Amino acid sequence: MNYTMDFTPVIDGLPNLLAACLGTFTLAICGMLLATVIGIGGVVLRQSPIKFLRWLVIGFVELIRNTPFLVQIFFIYFALPLAGIRLDPTPTAIIALGINGGAYAIEIIRGGVQSIPKGQMEAGLALGLHKAQVFRLIILKPALRAIYPSLTSQFVLLTLSTSIASAISAYELTSVSQRIESESFRSFEVYFTVTAFYLVISWVMMRIFALFSSRYFSYPVK
Amino acid sequence: MTQAAIRPDASEPMITMSGVGKWFGAFQALHNIDMTVGKGEKIVLCGPSGSGKSTLIRCINHLESYQQGEIHVGGILLGHASKTIDAVRREVGMVFQQFNLFPHLSVLQNCMLAPMRSLGLSKAEAEECARLLLDRVKISEQAEKYPAQLSGGQQQRVAIARALCMRPKVMLFDEPTSALDPEMVKEVLDTMIALAEEGMTMICVTHEMGFARQVADRVVFMASGAIVEEAPPAEFFSNPRHERTRKFLGEILGRH
Repeated sequence: MNYTMDFTPVIDGLPNLLAACLGTFTLAICGMLLATVIGIGGVVLRQSPIKFLRWLVIGFVELIRNTPFLVQIFFIYFALPLAGIRLDPTPTAIIALGINGGAYAIEIIRGGVQSIPKGQMEAGLALGLHKAQVFRLIILKPALRAIYPSLTSQFVLLTLSTSIASAISAYELTSVSQRIESESFRSFEVYFTVTAFYLVISWVMMRIFALFSSRYFSYPVK
Repeated sequence: MTQAAIRPDASEPMITMSGVGKWFGAFQALHNIDMTVGKGEKIVLCGPSGSGKSTLIRCINHLESYQQGEIHVGGILLGHASKTIDAVRREVGMVFQQFNLFPHLSVLQNCMLAPMRSLGLSKAEAEECARLLLDRVKISEQAEKYPAQLSGGQQQRVAIARALCMRPKVMLFDEPTSALDPEMVKEVLDTMIALAEEGMTMICVTHEMGFARQVADRVVFMASGAIVEEAPPAEFFSNPRHERTRKFLGEILGRH
């Protein structure tokens, strides 16, 4: 191989790449928060006594889990303007990530809720709490703890999926690196660096998840 | 406490069940249950497994719905609307076989949650009340621990304190010692006896016949979803009228 490495374009673009890492981080964190809200809200609606709401959630989950994320992101980006909503690529990407991650989160969190013994709900009700209070104050935390490893691995996946948002040129690592690559043709150097950056981002995410877990789920279990 | 203070006041019924019927699908779990529990009265409910005793007490706080008859608790008709269900549940404490403490809350928080969220007590009021009742079940030194750090007997005493924090008029016990190791049964029974001596209205589903002898005003025997007979403990144990009761007592006392 007669290839001479030249990292100059990468080094010159470093401020841009680091800022783009922050962009990726923002997409991931906002997407996760939205996914968590959708996940918990979806589980609540999924248990609703109203059949229509239950079917709505089931339909949503099936739709999202059985279509490609890239298509979803395009659909939101190009369909929303038809409904008169014009969003920048970054908010669009956050919504798409939230919706996609949310659909998976619904199924994961639902599993956690189902793993909580029925006696917990009964004890809460017997103490005069309403069903919604029982869910929020008694069921939710142990349920989230039970599925926390699956939820966080889903969220690492969500973090990495932010790269797909480059397709609508949201401000994040992959799109910025594509720009540097297309200007310098230093494909290997650029993607080598970007790969390393993604690895670091994932690692930081996992540290954040672990930190959150040690704070929020610190109560002992048998 | 004097005998007069703990004597049940039958003139003032705390719970009346009349003609209560309950079905799980096609299976009839309760047949035409008639039962009156006076204020301060202690009832022990016994019978073979599957006889409907748990179902019966679970109807009293509407953890199970019933399809026939009427249940009044503390003068409130327990209908199927959430308003009356909530009103009744605030008056009725329940202790479960599996303790059902909330694992993510400390002992103290377990006791404070419902008084704050359901009765609207302030944090300080709820804590004061919780500490008082934890002291009463002799577990105040464990207040900051989590349920998983306690023994079964301790957990069940916390569960009793937690129910008492709602200041209930009635306490329901659903086999409170059945999930305990033998050496822990006594501490829970002693707590229940102390509660009975303070004049609490109690319905206990239990196979602890020593407890029934010592505490119960009446023992109610159920089989196949119906009340077979009821009598004061002395009479119930020495002179059971029905064959099914004799057979049950033979089995359960023979075992002890």
